[in-house]
Amino acid sequence: MPVSSATVAVEVSEVSKRFRLYHEKYTSLKERFIHLGRIPHEDFWALRDIDMQIREGETVGLLGHNGSGKSTLLKCIAGILQPTTGTIKVRGRLAALLELGAGFQPELSGRDNIFLNASLLGLSRKEVERRFDAIVAFAELEQFIDNQVKYYSSGMYVRLGFAVAVHMDPDVLLVDEVLAVGDENFQRKCLDRVRQFQREGRTIVFVTHSPDLVRQICNWAAVLDQGDMVAVGPPGEAIRSFREHLLERQRFAEARELELQLQQTEPGQQERPEITGQESRRNLEVRITDVAFEYEGCEERPYLLPGQNLVVRVGYEAPTRVDDVVVGLGVYDLEGRFVFGASTDGSGVDAGPVEGRADITFTFDQVPLLDGTFLVSVGVHSQDQGTVYDWADQRHQFEVMNPGGYPGVVHAPFRVSRRDVRAGAEPAAAASHLGGGPAEKAR
Amino acid sequence: MRPSSSRGTDDVTPVPSRLDHAPTRIVSSRTTLVQHLRDIWTYRELLRGLVRKELQVKYKNSVVGVGWSMVNPAMTLAVFYFVFQIVLKNGIPYFAIYLMCGLLVWNLFSTALPSATGAVVGNAAIVKKVAFPREILALASVGASLQFFFYQVVVMLLALVVFRFVPSFSYMPLLVPALLTLLMFTAALGVFLAAMNVYFRDIQHLLEVVMTAWFWATPIVYTYRNIADRLGAQAWVFRLNPITPIVLSFQRALYAKISPPSTTGSGPVAILPAHAGRLWYLAQLLGVMGGSVLLFLGAVAVFARVEGNFAEEL
Repeated sequence: MPVSSATVAVEVSEVSKRFRLYHEKYTSLKERFIHLGRIPHEDFWALRDIDMQIREGETVGLLGHNGSGKSTLLKCIAGILQPTTGTIKVRGRLAALLELGAGFQPELSGRDNIFLNASLLGLSRKEVERRFDAIVAFAELEQFIDNQVKYYSSGMYVRLGFAVAVHMDPDVLLVDEVLAVGDENFQRKCLDRVRQFQREGRTIVFVTHSPDLVRQICNWAAVLDQGDMVAVGPPGEAIRSFREHLLERQRFAEARELELQLQQTEPGQQERPEITGQESRRNLEVRITDVAFEYEGCEERPYLLPGQNLVVRVGYEAPTRVDDVVVGLGVYDLEGRFVFGASTDGSGVDAGPVEGRADITFTFDQVPLLDGTFLVSVGVHSQDQGTVYDWADQRHQFEVMNPGGYPGVVHAPFRVSRRDVRAGAEPAAAASHLGGGPAEKAR
Repeated sequence: MRPSSSRGTDDVTPVPSRLDHAPTRIVSSRTTLVQHLRDIWTYRELLRGLVRKELQVKYKNSVVGVGWSMVNPAMTLAVFYFVFQIVLKNGIPYFAIYLMCGLLVWNLFSTALPSATGAVVGNAAIVKKVAFPREILALASVGASLQFFFYQVVVMLLALVVFRFVPSFSYMPLLVPALLTLLMFTAALGVFLAAMNVYFRDIQHLLEVVMTAWFWATPIVYTYRNIADRLGAQAWVFRLNPITPIVLSFQRALYAKISPPSTTGSGPVAILPAHAGRLWYLAQLLGVMGGSVLLFLGAVAVFARVEGNFAEEL
């Protein structure tokens, strides 16, 4: 593991957590008595044999999809849940940001709530008094501190909660996706505070499903899947493993869905479930028969590396001769933004005329994407787009995964150089490499 | 090969360890009783904060404020006085003072216990999100009731002055162990029921019924001697009610009349145990206190065992 420090701040040994899932909740005496000892339930292991050592000063991310057990693990470390078996040792004062402002009393003023919340987190009144002004300033609530909290906006509420938690001088800070709230300005402030904590050698554990955040601030990360810890390692590796598990689950879910569909529909009637936009205009004089993605190493891994080459092969077929044919494709990100595209139109290769089967191959020498899932639309249409023969609207996809450390959208390779001007002169060179751009930390 | 390794922490200048003298906290399914008691002690400031909150929240936005907490006991007092003194003519002199002694104790107990019982369930939002000794929630209910107890004591003292009623000053010191015993017993039972209520929600409702019966099993409206004299040698059965010795101590110190002449003129009314000195009262209280301490330890132990599942059960 990175940062070498002798002291272990959080030690998780062989921790398992079982939840009992009752089909019905019997919480009254009568019902308990009637169903004495044989309340129907299922055991559900939210965590299974988790071992983890977090050294002092490390920042660790817990990655996992919903229901993977990552929040349960965090709650166990926080002491809110007790593990069914195993032990967790935490050294030093612990602050858990599981829900900002948990325990705020709407009827009380911001001032009273600061004291109450801080004592809930284990701070003495004296300690709070010393930090009171700093808390209020951090939350930017100077004017409203004596108003009842019930009149606060949700942003103010969250700011106050975060301010109290970070001012309790924790040795170990647990954060559960709370950084994703508040306006951009406040988010940056939170992140700054997290970085300050890192510099001060505090230990931070946080749960997230944002790979970017893990890349930005973690020393290492652990991936949980259905209660098992499936990967531990540096951010890049952990994120890759997280993606792979996600893909696997997705494929599994898709396969099951397909199976269900096959069961429900008569053979031969397998129409696509929904038809949208351009798809409704297609006349099927030309049909897309298949779309395939090829890249170096596509046999072993289901994703591209940033800057890799990509070959997209589109097979199409016309029962009777069609002259005016253009094959095109568009690549979209998950937010629906059109990222880039390609078309036979103007490429020097004509897709028509066609009678029978044909293939068009688009070769991208390098795909400058960094990370994410991308959806591909493929269309076969006339040159003026007046006639759409066939259209597959975002029905295909490929993945790009970044094994390295940098967050962002595009893959922009860079070189770094350094020139020392003269000792004693203005420290211009030093200042520029402290700048904060991505070049800052490159080797 | 990992550009990310240098991210965040500064590995050029090693930061001195913050944790060299830091205490270690262990989370596991087996927590010891001692650890739990220590946790409660560490969080005593929270207890104060929660009591303050309870008081602040309860009468926020109400004009009469704390005055409301006096209306209810005053009404009870008025009704009982009317029914038992005027209608039923029980003949107890200064019946209002006598009643107040018992009600003082009973009001503390009867407001604290149900509120403590519902404390964990009622604060589910906090219990699910913050780690702290949850016994504090039940204890805070007792603390808030203690506050109201003191308001009522002030009224009681005023009443003594107004009626020019002389309490027994030599028995006054008995009030301290009596109050402590009452608090210990209430806290013990409160903590226990708070934990049970998470699993059996109708304990809260059951308790309402039990409290009514309990009230009439305690010599507050009627006198101790009324029952004890009839039971004779079996009077100890009556004293099994832990609240009884506490109420008796209050009555002995503040009301102080053992068998005063009846107001109806039909001889003396037997009220308090006849040949009981301070030591007798103290022994009674110590018995309850001892039992309460054991109950409290047991309750915390039970609490510690089931607490780990609170966050899931709520």
